[in-house]
Order: sequence, then structure tokens, then C-alpha cells
Amino acid sequence: MMADSGPKEVAVIGNTELTSAELDNNIKNTMVEIEKGTSLLRKMEISVAEAEKRTGKNTVNMQEIYTVYLIETRPVDALTEGITPDSLWRRYSEFELLRNYLLVTYPFVVVAPLPEKRAEIVWHKLSADNMDPDFVERRRVGLENFLHRVASHPVLCNDNIFYIFLTEDKDWKEMVYETGFQAKADSRLKAVNAAFRVKNPDGRFTELKHYSDELQTVLSQLLRVRARVADRLYGVYKVHGNYGRVFSEWSAIEKEMGDGLQSAGHHMDAYAASVDDILEEEEHYADQLKEYLFYTDALRAVCRKHELTQFELEMVALDLACKKQQKEELVTGTVRTFSLKGMTSKLFGQETAEQREAKLQVLEQQLKEGEEAVKEKNTESDEFVKTAWVDIERFKDQKDRDLKEALISYAVMQISMCKKGIQVWTNAKECFNKM
Amino acid sequence: MSRTIDAVVSPTQTNTIPADISGQMLDLDEDDDLEVFSKDSTLADGNMFNASMPTSPGSMVNQCKFEEDEESDSKDIFITVDNPESHVTAIETFITYRVLTKTTRSEFDNSEYEVRRRYQDFLWLKGKLEDTHSTLIVHPLPEKFVVKGMVERFNGDFIETRRKALHKFLNRVADHPILSCSEDFKVFLSAQAWELTTYKKQGPGFLSRMGETVRAVANSVRGVKNRPEEFTAIQEYVEDFSNKIGSLDKVTQRIVKEQKEYLEELKEYGPTYTLWSGSEEELAEQLKGVAGCIERCCKETEEQVGHLSDTLVPVLHEYVLCAETLKAVLRRRDNIQAEFEAKNEALATKKVDRDAESSDLGFVWGSLLGKNPEEARHQRQERLDGEIEELKEEIDKLEDRVEWANNALKGDWGRWQRSMRGDLKSAFLSTAEKNVDYYEKCLAVWETFLLSQRTEPSEETDRDNTP
Repeated sequence: MMADSGPKEVAVIGNTELTSAELDNNIKNTMVEIEKGTSLLRKMEISVAEAEKRTGKNTVNMQEIYTVYLIETRPVDALTEGITPDSLWRRYSEFELLRNYLLVTYPFVVVAPLPEKRAEIVWHKLSADNMDPDFVERRRVGLENFLHRVASHPVLCNDNIFYIFLTEDKDWKEMVYETGFQAKADSRLKAVNAAFRVKNPDGRFTELKHYSDELQTVLSQLLRVRARVADRLYGVYKVHGNYGRVFSEWSAIEKEMGDGLQSAGHHMDAYAASVDDILEEEEHYADQLKEYLFYTDALRAVCRKHELTQFELEMVALDLACKKQQKEELVTGTVRTFSLKGMTSKLFGQETAEQREAKLQVLEQQLKEGEEAVKEKNTESDEFVKTAWVDIERFKDQKDRDLKEALISYAVMQISMCKKGIQVWTNAKECFNKM
Repeated sequence: MSRTIDAVVSPTQTNTIPADISGQMLDLDEDDDLEVFSKDSTLADGNMFNASMPTSPGSMVNQCKFEEDEESDSKDIFITVDNPESHVTAIETFITYRVLTKTTRSEFDNSEYEVRRRYQDFLWLKGKLEDTHSTLIVHPLPEKFVVKGMVERFNGDFIETRRKALHKFLNRVADHPILSCSEDFKVFLSAQAWELTTYKKQGPGFLSRMGETVRAVANSVRGVKNRPEEFTAIQEYVEDFSNKIGSLDKVTQRIVKEQKEYLEELKEYGPTYTLWSGSEEELAEQLKGVAGCIERCCKETEEQVGHLSDTLVPVLHEYVLCAETLKAVLRRRDNIQAEFEAKNEALATKKVDRDAESSDLGFVWGSLLGKNPEEARHQRQERLDGEIEELKEEIDKLEDRVEWANNALKGDWGRWQRSMRGDLKSAFLSTAEKNVDYYEKCLAVWETFLLSQRTEPSEETDRDNTP
């Protein structure tokens, strides 16, 4: 695990003989440590302050326009040491690279997602254009959120590559590639294969996989319907703007009703205009839900890693069992399993004692190696399960907290919208009264 | 058929007799009323409600008052339209409505009437009222059928909408000081079905009505030459008003449409939270809470849309039709004036003719017939004089007609404007009130939810302590 610059390490890693009580204790310690301030975010303020358009040549030497984001860092307060104010520009693809690096390097961590590359699940007023200033702004917020998530993660915040991403402009990409993380990445094919063939995955991971699939389905649907509702609400409010126009024109030909109509018209205009702010606020809510929609990918990635390690363990264990079987057959001279060697020996005669002895030696060696391998894989798998499950619990708590807050803020938004509506229509009522 | 004044003008009311209908009322006490009344009754002999006498509104105007200030106290007729029923005959299927009348007016023999009428009967009544009082503003009837939207004549909503509009129509007629005195109106309210059919067959025949229509068309083609300024002003207003009310009608219908579509989506939105709650533990209660809130807001939205459709839409639609009525009334007034102007021109031509020296042709013709030229001229002059006298009489009548038409319209115009203001103001007011109510109810829903969330922080601290 990469923990070069961090002075503290999470106690859970490396210790495989924990009892469940100790494990629980460690989880608590981890959480407490967050409070105490292992998080980088406690020391350093990170913000994605601005976005700018740049032009340049891409990999196929064609002109392209892209957006870069300004990352600013500064110490939290005057007493914090080791942090100097800094700023540099990064583009979205660099964020992607950072994230891929983290995914591979810390496969047991549920790594925060990036904001959408392209605007999807939007309602019609919002453009799906990546260059649209509103989209760029929301993406800026999303990227800042991503950096905060990483910087407050007990494990990830200690990563050197991450630190350099925030602070050093030059050669960061080369450094990332030099870690050789790409070689460590498991091929998708391997992972899918393992998912199909694994025999005894930890039940909790299977459950988690189902949950993340469910959450993805449900959130996608929710966000789609919400976008449609927003669309329709927009329509209702905006049509009222026509009242404003017609009342105003009508008031010109009326004597007694003129004043009342005219002012009522203004309120109708105000009503129509108010929907823009309402829906912009709601978009933040939608973004919060979207983050957790995208989190489901990270959850599935951790499950896949577990299936892979479990599968490899099973394969190694199977291989060991096979070898043991072979040894037994060799020693007792019985052939219980079909083997080409067995057949040929039957056909061409038995082996000599020396030959058998040589074979046995080889097998003994292989058995020894196999047992080592199983032990290793077991350790690996156990470690993975433990560290992953700590992070999954952390993620669950974070998710419950965040979404609870999001739902409350949604209610607050609805209340605000209702209050505005009451005000506008009460005012309009006054005007109609004067008619 | 005599009409006693106390049915309409009771002793407790101020007796206002419009000497000049355009708005100036004189206060006279009862005796003077009767005197004026009796003078008129000698002028208009026999049935004052004879539809073929175009000047009959004049006599009625003297009996009824235009000012509505005591309308609520003086309401002496109550009409309801309800209970639609379907009738199937060999030829057709149609709907009849029950028309229930309760009245203390003396021209009615009973105090209560219950009859059944179909839409055609209402159309007939409106036509008669417009024929008799061509420059009074009659409240519009609902249309025969709605082209867009519901084509189905027997659709429940359509019938109910129509019933309400018919109810309003009859009540507006009943409220109108002149129209409610109409004999046609009385017959409509009181006659049994077969009586009505018989009554309908009376009145000017088909051919004379044709003649009138032809004349009207001819006059409208001819156009009016000297329209008084105030009527031009009214016409301009009506044009503008027609545009505005048409726009409002469209905007409101569009709002209803958008609101309904919003409601449809909202109905699908709540369930997504319920679905989600099935996958969660800690969040389940909260998610179900949100789903519940959205569901309740759906109900409120449905109510709000219903109110809009029931209250604002019909009124705006009525006034779209009113605008058309107004245009027709102005046209008819113009035609009356045009007819008068035409006759005046004819008179002028005849006078010129008479005063001119005998034309050569006339002289020649006369001499061919062996007439003495002097005699011929004399005869011709006599003939023309006679025609001129006839024309003058006709013109006098037409002049009266024009004056009555103008005064009727002017009086009714003020009344219509007041009605319009009242109707539209109350419709918009009601809509605004309902909208405030809608938002207040939704606010309560979300605030209740928020309150339930805020009382949970005690749970959270417990959570930290348990492993």
C-alpha cells in the first residue's frame, strides 16, 4: 500500500489475526482517527476555483478545445505547517488518470466517483453541451467534491501521487505511469471470468453487489423522472409569464381595472421568473444523488476484486488438492484419476523406482510451493476482505449521512418554493381585489 | 296582458324612470310613475310584448330600471338548470335539462314551474331575445359542440359544463331588467313542452324573416355613414377586448394542459422513492416519508387543476363568446342606422325629383297619352308629394328606432361592463385564492416531514455509541 508521506497508517492493514471484537474496535479507531485529523483536508484547504477554455493539439495532432480547472491549495490556518499556498491547472482527463490510479492501487477502497464526463439525465432547459457554462460550473463543483472526498479518506489522503496531483504541475503524469499501476490493473476479462466461476464468495459481498445493482436502477429511474418533473414544472411557471404580457396589454384599454391588472401582471412575470432559481437549486440535489449513482460502480469494483482474489485462492487451493492427490496416487500406486501418464504407463509398462522417487521429489517441492501459495492467497484474501469491509462500512455511514442531509435539503427546497408561491399569489390576489 | 309596476318596482325601492336612458335617472314618486306608464300604455296598444314591433323595448324601458344597485334585494326570480336526462327517439338522441323556476313576479300565474328543455330550446330563446332587442347584450350560450377536445356530445364532463353555462345564461337573462320581462322568456320558463312548440310557431313567418335578413345584409354592405363617436369607441374597445380575452382563454387552457402533464409525471415520481426505500435500512423511513409527501402534493395539484378548469376556464370562454355577441350587437345597431340613412337619402332624391322641372321624357309621355302638360305635372307632383309623406313617416319611425337602439345599447353597455368586471375579477380572485391555498397545503406537508426529521438527532448520537 502506498503510504509514503503519511506518518500514520491505518492499524487494520497487515494484521490478519484479528478477532471480530478487535476488528470492530479498529473500525471505531479508524473513524476516531478521522476526527482526530489524519485527513489531509484537516490541514489543507482544497478548492477547484475556476474553469477556463484552452486550445491545443490532441494525441492525433488535431486542434481541440478543452476545459481546464484551477486547483488551489492553502493551509487551513496560520499554524499548519508544511503546506504552502499553491495553484495549478488540470484537465478532466488528468482527474480520470488519478482516479484510475487510486482504483488499481487501493482495490479495497470504495473510491469516490468523478462528475459526469458528458451531461446525461438532464431536463431540456439544461444543455447537454460540455461547453455550456452551467455544465462546466456544475462539473467544477463535482471535481472539487471529488478532491474533498479523496482528501478526507483515511487511506487515500496519504497517497503521494494524490498529494503531487494537488501541488506539482510538472511531470505528474510521468510519475503516475512510473508507478506501474497499469500493469497491476486486473483485466476486465479476468474479473468477469472470476465472477462467473467463483464458488464461495463472502456472502456480504454478494449482498453488496445486489445492493449496488438495485441502487443503480432505482437512482437512475428516480433521476430520470425528476428531470421530467422539472421539465413540466418549468412549463407551468413559464406559461404564466403570458398572463403578465396579456394583463399589461389589457390594462391599457380598461379604466377601472387597469391598475389592478397591470400590477397583477407584474406578479405573474415574477412567478414565471422564479422557476429558474428553484430548478437550479434542485439541480444540486440531483447532483448529490448522481454522485451516489456513480458510487455504485466503485462498490461493484470492490466486489469484483473480492471475487477475483477469492477465485485465485480457490484455484490455488484446487491445484494444491490436485497435487496432493497425485502424490497419494504415486505413493500408493493406485490410479484414481484418469491421467495420460497413467495410461501410457499402463501401456508401456511401469516406471522404475528411481523414476517414481524423482517424481515424488518434484511433487513434494510443488506441494510445498502450493501450500505457500495457498497460505499467501489466504492471507491476501483475508486482508482484502477485512480492509474492504472497513471501508464499506465507512462508505455506508457516509452514504446514510449524506443522503439523509440531501433529503432534508430537498424538503427545505420544496418549502421555499411553496413560500414563494404563497407570496406571489397573495400579492396577485391583492391586485385582483383592486380590479 | 297588463303589467303592474309593483311586481318590479316595489314601494321600498327608489323609483327611477329613465327619461334619457343613457344614464341620467330622475327620481319620481309613485304617482308620477303610474302616469307615465298609462301614457305609454295608450301608445302601445294590445300586446306590448309583440315581437314584431321593433320599438317595443321603449315601453318596457319605462317600466324597468337600468341601475342594478338594488339587485340583490330585488331578486324575485330564482332559476336552476339541472338533472340532465337522455332521450332516445326513432330519429335522434338528445339531452334535456330540468329548468326549475321560483318566482314572486305577478306576470307569472304560478310561483313555481318545472319544465324540461333541450339545447335547441335555449337557442330559440336566445334568438328571440336578440330579434326583439337587437341592440341589447344577451349573455352567450355555450357552443353547440366543442371542436377541439371533446367531440362526444354525451360525455359527462361536456354535459356538466354545458349545464352550468345554461344555468348561467338563464340567470343572466333573469337579472337583466329588460330581457327578463320578455314574454318569450316567460313562456320558456313556464310552458309545457307541447305549449312551447305551439308558441314557437307563432311570430313572423319565414319569408318576412328572410326579408329582414336580406335587408340586413344589404345594409351591412352599404355600411353606416355617420356613426356616432361613442359607438366607434365602443367598437374599438370590443376589438381589443376580444383579442385580450381570446389570449387569456388560450393561456389559461395551456396552463391547465401543462399542469395536467406535470401531475402525470409527479404521480410517477413518488413511487421511485418508495422503490428505493426497499433497498435501504437507515434511510428507508425517510425515503417513504418523502414519497408520502410527493403523493399528498399530487392530490393537491389535482384539486388545483380541477378548480382552474371549473372556475376560470368557463368564465374566460364565456367572455370570448361575449366579445362576439358585442360585435354582432354593434353590427345590428349600425344596420339600423344604415337603414335610416338609406331612407333619408331616398327622401332627398325624391325631393329633388319633385322640385325639378318636368323632365322632357315625362312631358313627352304625358302628351302621348293625351294629357294636358300642366295636369300631368300637377299629377306627378301630387304623386311625389304622397310618396314623400310616406317616406317621412317611415323615416320618423326609423329615427325613433335608431334612437331607441342607441339608448338601449348605451344603457346596456354600462351594465355589461360592470358585469364583465365583476365576473372576471371574481374568477381571477378565486383562482389566486385557490393557488395560495394549494401552496399552503403543500407547505404544511413538507414542514410536517421536516419536523419529523429534525426530532431524530437524538437517534444519531445513540448510533455512534453502538458498535
